[in-house]
Amino acid sequence: MSPQSHRVTERGRTDKTRLIPFKFDGRDYVGQAGDTLASALLANGVHLVGRGFKYHRPRGILSAGSEEPNALIQLGQGQRSEPNTRATQIELFEGLVAESQNRWPSLAFDIGEANNLVSRLLPSGFYYKTFMWPASWWEKYEHMIRRAAGLGKAPVGRDPDRYEKHHAHCDVLVVGSGPAGLAAALAAARTGARVILADEQSELGGGLLSNSEATIAGKSTEAWRSDTIAAIEACEAATLLPRTTVTGYYDHNYLTMVERVTDHLANPPAHLPRQRLWKVRAKRVVLATGAIERPLVFRDNDRPGIMLSSAVRTYLQRYGVLSGRRALVFTNNDDAYRTALSLKEAGGVVAAIVDLRIEVSGALLDAARAKGIEVLLGHAVVATKGHKHVRSVSVMALTGAGDGVQGLAREIECDLIAMAGGWNPTVHLLSQSRGKLSWNEDLGAFVPGQSFQAETSAGSCTGALETADCIRQGLKAGMDAARAAGFKGRAPAAPKVEEHSGSGGMRLIWTVPSTRPVGRGGKHFVDFQNDVTAADIRLAAREGYQSVEHLKRYTTTGMGTDQGKTSNVNALAILGDVLSSDIPGVGTTTFRAPFTPSAIGLYAARNVGEFFDPERRTMIDEWHREAGAKFEHVGQWMRAWYYPKPGEAQRQAVDREVKAARDGVGIMDASTLGKIDIQGPDAAEFLNRVYTNAWLKLGIGRCRYGLMLHEDAMVFDDGVTTRLAENHFHMTTTTGGAAGVLDWLEEWRQTEWPEMKVHFTSVTEQWAVVSICGRKSRELLAELCDDIDLSGEAFPFMAMREGTVSGLPARVFRISFTGELSYEINVAARHGLALWRALMAAGEKHAITPYGTEAMHVLRAEKGFIIVGQETDGTVGPDDLGMDWIVSKKKPDFIGRRSLARPDMLKPDRKQLVGLLTDDPNEVLPEGGQIVADLKPAPPMEMLGHITSSYYSPNCGHSIAMALIKGGRARTGEKLFVPLDGKTVSVRVVEPKFFDPEGERANG
Amino acid sequence: MVTPTLGMRGLRRGKPRYSIFSLARHALDYHEGWQRAWRAPEPQPEYDAVIIGGGGHGLATAFYLASLHGIRRVAVVEKSWIGGGNTGRNTTIIRSNYLWDESAAIYEHALKLWEGLSQELNFNLMFSQRGVLTLAHSEHEMKEMSRRVNAIRLNGIDSTVMTPAQIKQLVPIIDISPSLRYPVMGGFFQQRGGTARHDAVAWGYARAADECGVDIIQNCEVTGIRQAKGAVTGVETTRGFIKSAKVGCVTAGHSGIMAAMAGLRLPIESRPLQALVSEPIKPIIDTVVMSNAVHMYISQSDKGELVFGAGTDAYNSYAQRGSLPVIEHLLASAVELYPIVSRLRVMRTWGGIVDTCPDASPIISTTPVKGLYFNCGWGTGGFKATPGSGHVFADLIAQDRPNAIAAPYTLERFTTGSLIDEHGAAGVAH
Repeated sequence: MSPQSHRVTERGRTDKTRLIPFKFDGRDYVGQAGDTLASALLANGVHLVGRGFKYHRPRGILSAGSEEPNALIQLGQGQRSEPNTRATQIELFEGLVAESQNRWPSLAFDIGEANNLVSRLLPSGFYYKTFMWPASWWEKYEHMIRRAAGLGKAPVGRDPDRYEKHHAHCDVLVVGSGPAGLAAALAAARTGARVILADEQSELGGGLLSNSEATIAGKSTEAWRSDTIAAIEACEAATLLPRTTVTGYYDHNYLTMVERVTDHLANPPAHLPRQRLWKVRAKRVVLATGAIERPLVFRDNDRPGIMLSSAVRTYLQRYGVLSGRRALVFTNNDDAYRTALSLKEAGGVVAAIVDLRIEVSGALLDAARAKGIEVLLGHAVVATKGHKHVRSVSVMALTGAGDGVQGLAREIECDLIAMAGGWNPTVHLLSQSRGKLSWNEDLGAFVPGQSFQAETSAGSCTGALETADCIRQGLKAGMDAARAAGFKGRAPAAPKVEEHSGSGGMRLIWTVPSTRPVGRGGKHFVDFQNDVTAADIRLAAREGYQSVEHLKRYTTTGMGTDQGKTSNVNALAILGDVLSSDIPGVGTTTFRAPFTPSAIGLYAARNVGEFFDPERRTMIDEWHREAGAKFEHVGQWMRAWYYPKPGEAQRQAVDREVKAARDGVGIMDASTLGKIDIQGPDAAEFLNRVYTNAWLKLGIGRCRYGLMLHEDAMVFDDGVTTRLAENHFHMTTTTGGAAGVLDWLEEWRQTEWPEMKVHFTSVTEQWAVVSICGRKSRELLAELCDDIDLSGEAFPFMAMREGTVSGLPARVFRISFTGELSYEINVAARHGLALWRALMAAGEKHAITPYGTEAMHVLRAEKGFIIVGQETDGTVGPDDLGMDWIVSKKKPDFIGRRSLARPDMLKPDRKQLVGLLTDDPNEVLPEGGQIVADLKPAPPMEMLGHITSSYYSPNCGHSIAMALIKGGRARTGEKLFVPLDGKTVSVRVVEPKFFDPEGERANG
Repeated sequence: MVTPTLGMRGLRRGKPRYSIFSLARHALDYHEGWQRAWRAPEPQPEYDAVIIGGGGHGLATAFYLASLHGIRRVAVVEKSWIGGGNTGRNTTIIRSNYLWDESAAIYEHALKLWEGLSQELNFNLMFSQRGVLTLAHSEHEMKEMSRRVNAIRLNGIDSTVMTPAQIKQLVPIIDISPSLRYPVMGGFFQQRGGTARHDAVAWGYARAADECGVDIIQNCEVTGIRQAKGAVTGVETTRGFIKSAKVGCVTAGHSGIMAAMAGLRLPIESRPLQALVSEPIKPIIDTVVMSNAVHMYISQSDKGELVFGAGTDAYNSYAQRGSLPVIEHLLASAVELYPIVSRLRVMRTWGGIVDTCPDASPIISTTPVKGLYFNCGWGTGGFKATPGSGHVFADLIAQDRPNAIAAPYTLERFTTGSLIDEHGAAGVAH
């Protein structure tokens, strides 16, 4: 075929002077600037672009918009390859490469078409009835099914493009820029309201772009369109967004829009994102989303060359493409007459208009007849021929009731069928917004009913068919929306529109009869993408899948990438026919976001890689890195794990750190601990309620360890809290639990005890905390601090003093998580590194040793101190940990108190924290090992509990472990077993205190 | 306790069985001779047992009541269409690799029933043991994993620990580079886990239950639970009163509402949980992969869609829709772990309502009202339990006392404190 053989030079908006080369299935073609891939292919006479999902029948371009079910292609190559892209929405650019998909070995010859031959064995849901024997073969069958299913292919490698998110607020969001949308945006924008006008197409104008017959206000549609756009653009607060699809309508008028920024460019500039996800909060929304034409459901209605009538018109008037040389128009309403007239005027042949209706009158019919087009009223297409392109149709007269055909069949040759089954208002967003739909019998369609959010529909999405009505509705909706958003003004007068108007009547024959009963010859397709036929719907109904949702799920109708934009109403109506029910009685399904499929990367946008989750580092982090520390993730924080010296393995480094922290002086960065500043006259009482122990009498400058429980009496967090002043406390939490604790405090204060006067502020990142620990820590601190009396009497254990350390204002806490003499020095975060360096310099003569989290874990385990989240997992109470001493018996109440009295909490066989020693002092048990008393040769075995912590303790000279074991304390001295994968270790139960059991060292 | 075995086929009415032969036979009559998969009967005035809720769990309960316990007159009343709640909204993951003994027992019981269920019901549920992999992304998660794997193994359930390299081999599209914010450090894999076609589960149980004489009554909403002298006497419905001395309530997110009708309160919160599917593509991932730290789970359906599961929304709701930020976070996680999904597209998102107990374990229990039973609180983990849940609940209703598997799941546990805390075990952060 010669290049652009089907281009009509005097029509269309494409730039005839700019030729764009592109490739489809390896072949070179040329289109024009302004083409879509679909229009460019049609201009070259290419209809065959895909294969059906199930039967692999040849398929052509059906529509000219986002509703396209057939023309799905693999766009681009390599990392930029994109499956399932609708050719009808791809703007042509130079060097575009596209391929058909889901066919092998080629589009013209597809082995999969064998399925069509055995299609009688493959009705809807056939897979539920077979592949069950032999049972063990299902995975083999499934493997084949999976390979056959799926459409395009995933790209290879990482997406090289960038996506962005944009937040916007506006007074009026207008969705769609056809006559109604433009009118609404104009009316609203002129009041000064912030208006956003978004349209999924590359140019604003919607249906006006393919309507050259009408005149508006005495001007051509194009003149009115461009004047109106200019008038909107002239309003400062208006934002016009072509190539922007409104995809989601969430609660409180929160909508998402997908702006395709560079998809249409051959060489996108590097500074632009590929797409942008807009998140818009709109005071009012005007939905002017238009309508989608319905296919007619007739026998073999899926051949390439069978298109929606409106699409045929769009390709001609917008793109200057004659989709066929000899067209047959098949319709149940007036609109298709416009298509016939346009084709005729452009030099095409219209073989006939086959109209299901018997009584037709009006200007359109007269015009068609005047042009010499044969009109067959009360007739139907009963068969089509042509494998890879429609070649001819068979037409017969309908019976009076329209449920059968009669008389002689007439064969009519054609290479294009323009079918028109009426219009479905695009109510998807309305449905997403929880608005109700109502059935309009005259239109045979769902139209907007009751709104749920601050939204109005205008134009053909309400069922309006005439341009004049659309503009009038748009002006009113735009004006009303602006007023509702608080703006004043008067709507522009509605312009006079002249166009052929039809009689408006339809004849709804949801399944067009043929010479054979439905399902007994040929296929009446309802859902083109998922290959669902009228017979499938009847079968589903016959088998009891009569709820709309059952029908959808059983037949898969409406479940494809088009989400049933062209098929849903036909499917419902056919089900209604079968059940002898009206359509509202059959029901409708809920539309879900997104309106058209949207890139996964768009939702992720920049929140991947380094921005996936902020990595929190302390102010001293730089020093740890320079020192060669290994790090571990603790919540969002990166913490120094251990500091290996050259040649040191982890165990050696940790042993060294652990020894030094007791015998000399160790230093650790404890800045990540959660810190909450608590103030208010009820602060002490509040603490008294959220901690298990007593807080009212804590002296100023004194610290206390506290345990927090959830309502179920399970340990939730722990930490030391210090009274800074009468009504002022400094709370510390676990590193990972900080945010959760703050939430917890706020929840109780706000929802349970709103009368309490107390406030919480996270100060985790305001303070840098350096902990020094070991026998020489007092000596070290004394060198850098001369304004605090560090003597044991003046500054006892569990006290806090304010002063300066190395000249930096500091809060010094004498608290300890290692059981050693220890100070936690808090300075302003910005001084953290200076403090650390000063301590390191002063500590050099004491061989000061930085230690990481692993050494800290060992040190506290030697003492039997718990770590929340390690010794606890949400099922462990204070008594289980041997910490009953911290639970007040006198306080009237605290969170969890009631649950502590539940019978299960008092059972002797609760899991209790114990220590474990191995026979071999060097054997370090794996944490997470399960413990049994009754060892069996093979599982299952009854488990008593598990190892929560396990280390080698250089200070004890042997390995130590802690475990939660059923009735553990009573088992002290018992021998138990840890069966591991491959070996079993025997252990002895001991008290979980391995070093300095009397706790003398911290008090020294 | 009745052990999981094949149903008593003798009870069935001998409806034509599904097979390649019946398909071929019906192809000859253009499939015009197929019967309804289940009848659409009018409610009878009285039944031996009424199950409220026609989801997978309710239908399974009815099936086992009729096929194993010989209770012939059973009705399932469903306010809308069967399988329309969480049965038809979940991400279809099946596994039994739970930490606690009680959980392992019921989910393993279910998994054993899944194996062979298609044949048992004569309905292809597409139960596919493609394996479920759970990832660990930190030292802490590695230790948690070790604890879990040891427990699973000692409970006699299959589980394999995997290194990042082995994970990459199993799931070629995953990014295991150590520079990830939360790098893949390891994982554990249950080969016997996998997925099933969720709708088919409802339909398969419905058809099999119907064959055993169970009346499945759709579009019949329960409006009241009638009782006398502390015992249930039947249910008020939009289609009239139905008398029954045994009523089992299996209504997931709406259990609190049903309980209120009987004057009871349940410790359940209902929240939206979202999921989504991509456009269908050729196979790129064969197993189910779950992750907590990079929060999401992913699998690919037989139709080719990638199925993604998200976390719950933070608020309580009965509306079957969720909020956008949850979806954004889910998909950021997806791109983080599987970079090639970036250019694939989200086709459809939806939400279901999950009913979650304080300990994230279900309630399978008698109640203070004699003859009234509840099976609910499955939270985010209900689908995988469907056969096991129905099986033990039928046993409970028939015997009026729980069997060994169901016994830990009583309502009393919230009073006694013997909770089964599975917050850490679910794939979803509650």
